[in-house]
Amino acid sequence: MARTLINVPAKAKRGEVIAIKTLISHVMETGFRHTNLGARIPRDIIDTFVCTYNGEEIFRAKLHPAIAANPFITFHTVATESGTIAFTWTGDKGFSATASAKITVV
Amino acid sequence: MRLPVMRRWWPTGLLALLAVAAVAHADIPLDQRRSSYADMNRDNRAMQDDDTSNPAMLSVLDGEALWSERTGASNRSCADCHGDAKASMKGTAARHPAYDEKHAKPVNLDQRINICRTERQRASPFAPESKDMLAISAFVAMQSRGEPIAPPDDPRLSPFREAGRMLYNTRQGQLNLSCGQCHDDNWGKSLAGNNVPQGHPTGYPIYRLEWQSLGSLQRRLRNCMIGMRAETFPYGALEYVNMELYLMWRARGMKLESPGVRP
Repeated sequence: MARTLINVPAKAKRGEVIAIKTLISHVMETGFRHTNLGARIPRDIIDTFVCTYNGEEIFRAKLHPAIAANPFITFHTVATESGTIAFTWTGDKGFSATASAKITVV
Repeated sequence: MRLPVMRRWWPTGLLALLAVAAVAHADIPLDQRRSSYADMNRDNRAMQDDDTSNPAMLSVLDGEALWSERTGASNRSCADCHGDAKASMKGTAARHPAYDEKHAKPVNLDQRINICRTERQRASPFAPESKDMLAISAFVAMQSRGEPIAPPDDPRLSPFREAGRMLYNTRQGQLNLSCGQCHDDNWGKSLAGNNVPQGHPTGYPIYRLEWQSLGSLQRRLRNCMIGMRAETFPYGALEYVNMELYLMWRARGMKLESPGVRP
């Protein structure tokens, strides 16, 4: 399982705009590189990132080969209710990783 | 009558020449030293400052898992002997390279970890720059974050440190440059659009954005040597350890910030 680092504020006021930061370990092999013997290194990237807030999708990103290793994705949302913010990364070679964070909205 | 005059003149002239040579390769005054963290742009500094955005922390998590993983013929983990790394490894990275009695030479942190692995855990050593080597090294080094670099005051290290200083000031490669010509004499200026740093090893292992991965100080030294078009030494060579010794002495008292982020 890939390592992930998530930064979601533990507490927020209702209606507050909060920053969410996510980091995941992944090689993001472009598919354009070759070994020193000339063999092509097959593409191995994360291609989709989805964030849900209490089950409802609030953010989605499509990733491409030009994105560096260990993708760092940060975005904002409005704190509406207490609950779970969940993250899913999927990609080549059946790659899949999940992480989640709890938020309390007062 | 002329001879005594000559005798008096020559030593003065030699001293003057020596003084010029000393000025040309002066050490950076201690209060003017700066980590290249200070030269990074705001975004990169923010990346290092926040443990949830510093990509090196992903490896630190791997290292933390390795710390308590039992391995080798003795089936022991690092934690079995050293306990909580937060206490036992505090300051360790700030003291390395250190003199190793058994091998009668200085060893850096990575070599120390591998000595522990082969001699105490009786496991295979980690390959240089491998994912596991960098992970455990980053985890151990992080325990010294904020600690001042404290090279051991061990007279047995002196000849090795001097060898490192010699190498640092020796012109090398097709470009015929010494380390000191950039990092002592021309720091703060630009080299092909990049800032020339003072070259203090305050953040190793570093996550270098250009590498898209973590890397050791030796990888960085090789990087510079390739830039000078000099022949590199193999990983773990005594020459590098000597150089590390000198660099740590040069950065004595500066705070460790491992694992650092660099562009």
